[in-house]
Amino acid sequence: MIKTQNISKTFRIGKKGQTELKAVQNLNLEVEKGEVFGFLGPNGAGKTTTVRMLTALIRPSTGQAQIAGYELGKQDTEIRRNVGILTESPGMYERLSAEKNLTIFANLYDVPDVPQAVNKYLSMLGLWERRYDAVGSFSKGMRQKLAVARALIHEPQILFLDEPTTGLDPEAAKTVRDFIEELKTQGRTIFMTTHNLDEAERLCDRVGIFRQELLSLDTPANLRKQLFGRKVVFHLREVNPIWTEEISKLDGISHVEIVENKLVVSMQDPEQSNPIIIKYLVGVGAQILFVGELRHSLEQIYLEMVKTSQGGS
Amino acid sequence: MRHIRTIIDKEWAEVFKNRMVIMTMALLPLLFTAIPLLMLAFTGDGSQSANLPAQNSGLPEGFLTACEGMNANECMQVYLLNQSMLMFMMMPLMIPTTIAAYSIVGEKTTRSLEPLLATPITTLELLAGKSLAAFIPGVLITYGAYAIFLIGTHFLKISAAVRAYLLSPVWFLGILLLGPLLAIIGTMFAIFISSRVSDPRVAEQLSGLVILPLMLVLGVVLAGKLVIDLWFMVISIIVCALVAYALLHLGTIVFDRENILTKWK
Repeated sequence: MIKTQNISKTFRIGKKGQTELKAVQNLNLEVEKGEVFGFLGPNGAGKTTTVRMLTALIRPSTGQAQIAGYELGKQDTEIRRNVGILTESPGMYERLSAEKNLTIFANLYDVPDVPQAVNKYLSMLGLWERRYDAVGSFSKGMRQKLAVARALIHEPQILFLDEPTTGLDPEAAKTVRDFIEELKTQGRTIFMTTHNLDEAERLCDRVGIFRQELLSLDTPANLRKQLFGRKVVFHLREVNPIWTEEISKLDGISHVEIVENKLVVSMQDPEQSNPIIIKYLVGVGAQILFVGELRHSLEQIYLEMVKTSQGGS
Repeated sequence: MRHIRTIIDKEWAEVFKNRMVIMTMALLPLLFTAIPLLMLAFTGDGSQSANLPAQNSGLPEGFLTACEGMNANECMQVYLLNQSMLMFMMMPLMIPTTIAAYSIVGEKTTRSLEPLLATPITTLELLAGKSLAAFIPGVLITYGAYAIFLIGTHFLKISAAVRAYLLSPVWFLGILLLGPLLAIIGTMFAIFISSRVSDPRVAEQLSGLVILPLMLVLGVVLAGKLVIDLWFMVISIIVCALVAYALLHLGTIVFDRENILTKWK
């Protein structure tokens, strides 16, 4: 659905455009049909620039991309017809009603049955009762819902969401997130940028960590494994330091440490190693209270990646 | 055509909810129509005060060539009508400019430009929609105001000479042809400014500069150095047609979506 080959974007800034700002460098990406892809990165990383390039709003400086089967730079109108975009700021016509706003965009996207499409999304997003009210009187959450409706009004093949829950209160953010989850079940291809790492973990099949260039790209689980390995914590009544030596000799165990009354064991495959460790511990008379995997949040992964990239640059 | 119609519809829906624009669109024609009517009413029936020749009217000498066969009073009325005509010419410049000045910069400030440019609309369709949304009211209001002015003159006692001057081809060419051309110039100039600035007020003020050449002509007419005759009108139409064509062409070239999206802050 989305395939980029070394796309880069350089802006010329300053009074005479003498300074070059490399916003995106050599981005290679493939997003499959029906996939929800999370694009994570700090402010100024080039996420919005990437979204703008992939939605044919701005031209890449170099590289190629195919969006929904169309060539970026050559079939831009077709790309725009087949993608929907939720911009960072909703950008609605404040003086006009919700219905009028959607009608305008339905017409611009050449939707065949405009009233039907408008009514469908107004109802779906709970805006039906307020359809004749000026958007200027809407709450932030309602505006965002309307912007989501606008992005979907033409039933696009790919949906680009640029920070869809930024600035929303928890309730509005949850509504938007729930709706994205619903879209995911419908098999839509979604490309979303976000700062909310829990949100990315919950919604995205794969995430790309980005800072001018792609630092890492995988499923949240694999990224976690890649960076920190897998760690299992054995909560015991008492810990004997001799056990750590014995456990570290077992196959697939890379490191064992004692933290209070816990054994923290780094391993490649907990499903294979856990039964062996438990058998050993029971055999030496240890009292196991419970066993659990130590999970690094996506946030820790993200911060680690960004820190590494900053250190390297 | 669907995209152009949608943009026009959207622009009008927004514009007609803006009181300032409505006031400008209502007050200007009202004022510019009432002034010449009142002026004709107060200067009386020229044919009844035919005692003094035009040379005794005290008007600038250069203007007297337009008063052939008229008395002083009639000549004074024609002199004043000359200026009124220029005021009528200001209408198709000022009304579209007021609307168009806000069109792009307004979208920038409300951040609605990005979603709009993300649709399959072409630059030409967007510019055509925005220009027509400003051009049509400007021209229709000018035509309407002129029609009201002509109807109004029927209720006034005006000499045959002054009426003949009013119904001369100069006026009709001015209103029917030069008016729309000025509207195109005003619209394109305002859209050009609007796409280059970041504040609607700055856009409106800078777009207002388009009226300066016309003010200059008004000054020259007041000084009696210029008489608006058929030749002047035909030359003005040709010049304005060339300028309008150049601006239309330039508009599509300078409207760079990427620059407008990324370099406006």
